[in-house]
Amino acid sequence: MHWFANPARFMRIAEKLLPWVAGAAVLSIAAGLYQGLLTSPADYQQGETVRIMYVHVPSAWMSMFCYMTLAVASASFLIWKHPLADVAAQAAAPIGAGFTAMALITGALWGQPMWGTWWVWDARLTSVLILFFLYLGYIALVNAFDEPERGARAGAILALVGVVNVPIIKFSVDWWNTLHQPASLTRLDAPAIDPAMLSPLLLMALGFQLYFVVVLIIRMRAILTARRIRALHMVEPGVESGD
Amino acid sequence: MENARKSVFDGAAVSCVRGARWVFAGLDFTLSSGDALVLVGPNGSGKSSLLRLMAGLSAPSSGKILWDGADIGADRQSHGARAHYVGHATGVKPALTTAEDLTFWSTFRLRDDPDAERRALEHFGLTERASFPVRFLSSGQKRRLALARLLAAPAPLWLLDEPTVGLDVAGQSALESAIAEHRDGGGIVVLASHVAVALGGSEREIDLADYRASHADDAGDIWSEFGA
Amino acid sequence: MNGFTAIIRRELKLAMRQGSDAAIALMFFVLVVALFPLGVGPEPGILERISGGVVWIGALLAAMLSLDRLFQADHEDGALDLLVMAPWPLEALVLAKCLAHWMVTGLPIMLISPLLGLLLHMNTDAYLTLLAAMALGTPVLSLIGAVGASLVLGARRAGVLVSLLVLPLTVPVLIFGVSAVEAAAIGQDAGPHLMLLGALLLAAIPLCPWAAAAALRQAVT
Repeated sequence: MHWFANPARFMRIAEKLLPWVAGAAVLSIAAGLYQGLLTSPADYQQGETVRIMYVHVPSAWMSMFCYMTLAVASASFLIWKHPLADVAAQAAAPIGAGFTAMALITGALWGQPMWGTWWVWDARLTSVLILFFLYLGYIALVNAFDEPERGARAGAILALVGVVNVPIIKFSVDWWNTLHQPASLTRLDAPAIDPAMLSPLLLMALGFQLYFVVVLIIRMRAILTARRIRALHMVEPGVESGD
Repeated sequence: MENARKSVFDGAAVSCVRGARWVFAGLDFTLSSGDALVLVGPNGSGKSSLLRLMAGLSAPSSGKILWDGADIGADRQSHGARAHYVGHATGVKPALTTAEDLTFWSTFRLRDDPDAERRALEHFGLTERASFPVRFLSSGQKRRLALARLLAAPAPLWLLDEPTVGLDVAGQSALESAIAEHRDGGGIVVLASHVAVALGGSEREIDLADYRASHADDAGDIWSEFGA
Repeated sequence: MNGFTAIIRRELKLAMRQGSDAAIALMFFVLVVALFPLGVGPEPGILERISGGVVWIGALLAAMLSLDRLFQADHEDGALDLLVMAPWPLEALVLAKCLAHWMVTGLPIMLISPLLGLLLHMNTDAYLTLLAAMALGTPVLSLIGAVGASLVLGARRAGVLVSLLVLPLTVPVLIFGVSAVEAAAIGQDAGPHLMLLGALLLAAIPLCPWAAAAALRQAVT
């Protein structure tokens, strides 16, 4: 029963890991929020509103990281038929959609005081909005089939098709002149950011990353348990129908 | 047809999982030119699933299906060229005429032989219906049209899933004679049917009920490892 | 005659005899575009400025309308099983299907679009560019649409779902298509926008059939 062999091992390891990761997530988000909201300096141009960055930027990073997780999991499900991969993909999608929504909402809240508008139709915002719709499309597609396996495979192909959007998001601020500021952290030369701001930003990013792992594990356990229930339901009539 | 060379179609330890449920497991078969295999078993025992595996439409969950020693999944185009699959749904288009529908499939399979198409229509008694739109055919006639593809575009492997559904006596005997001729020419036939079909010679039989995996215990065992 | 042309001839025959799908898509296109002057008011200045976008959005929605039938009928009547067993590359089959779909929906939409530009007081200088942009863009809509149509086979509410999946992916076509028309309307060079549309088409021709073929294979398992 290769289908069930791996999940059992995964569930055991996840069980042990979960409290530690959850603890680390709480600690780093708490430290990041403390530094970001209280001890870090206000921006000389943007003032106090810059503190939105500590939520906005990690959310935006996570929105893409989750999508890459979704895509890699989908690829390994399609190519190597890894039984846990589609569980991981389906578990990651709503988390990614959540992070994307958070990036869009905090972006709008930040845009209002900075740009004087909640929303502009520039390349970065539009491509992130498309990312959000890709997540929703994936979730809708996976759940649209009576046969869960069909949904998993169709969703995996869609996730891979949507990968074309990821470089567009990443480089949209460089390719087009937009209101959105270009990346300040991942430049090849020294990061254009004050260390006192960098520290809470990285702490928040780490915290969000760990939070992602925690929710991923919880969601994967839920999906696996749901599958188990379904499998047990299907076994009974299968055995009885010897007519 | 493929008279000169003997082809071998075989499967080793073929298993099929559908919806996290084992349909059958550990099934072996070997067929060579001229052989016929009949699949029997109760509803839900996996006759259609096995035929679709043999057609290369889906891949076995474990085990291998080979044609002349080569995995059929490795080269789907070649297998598509050598296999005819007639399933429950006939795939005929109501808006085309009988002849057009047949011509399409034979051209699609890269056999453009008007003579063979004419003979196929004649064999299944559809000559008079050739220029009729398919929507005016009865369900038995649609079934005959689907079967006429077997003759219009010859291929060594026939996979027939309940081919007699809707056929009258004459239709069934046309099918039986087509199968007999196909086997004489070195063709292989795999057939799932609830009614007896004369296959023009000796035949092998697989009862899929014999290959049902006892998965109830397995599932319980694996999952009990981490408690309910 | 080979399999590729056999598919195209069959699709065209089916479209001619059943007729409705293509005609409905075209009527829908005209209707959507005709609604805009009623919605935003008949003032020529406003209509002229939004004409490019309106025509493109109408084309996009009209192309969506007929998409879910692209493989659905074959899937329902069992023909898809036989199509997937093609003795030649499945990607070419998808390409043939897309070409046929474009000929019965994209091409009429493209041909009628200058007429709708006229209704919207579009600058006459932009008509040629509109035709060129439509010629490059509408095939991309069919190609991207084929991916969506093959993914939703057998799904519940496939028709709505396919729009949800495909519309976000068609945003680049919309952006460059509208930019080309707007550039031409104000007397600028539409060349770069048309080239970007051409690049989208060149990228879609190999990639979309490949993804759609993968989706078709898994749809018949």
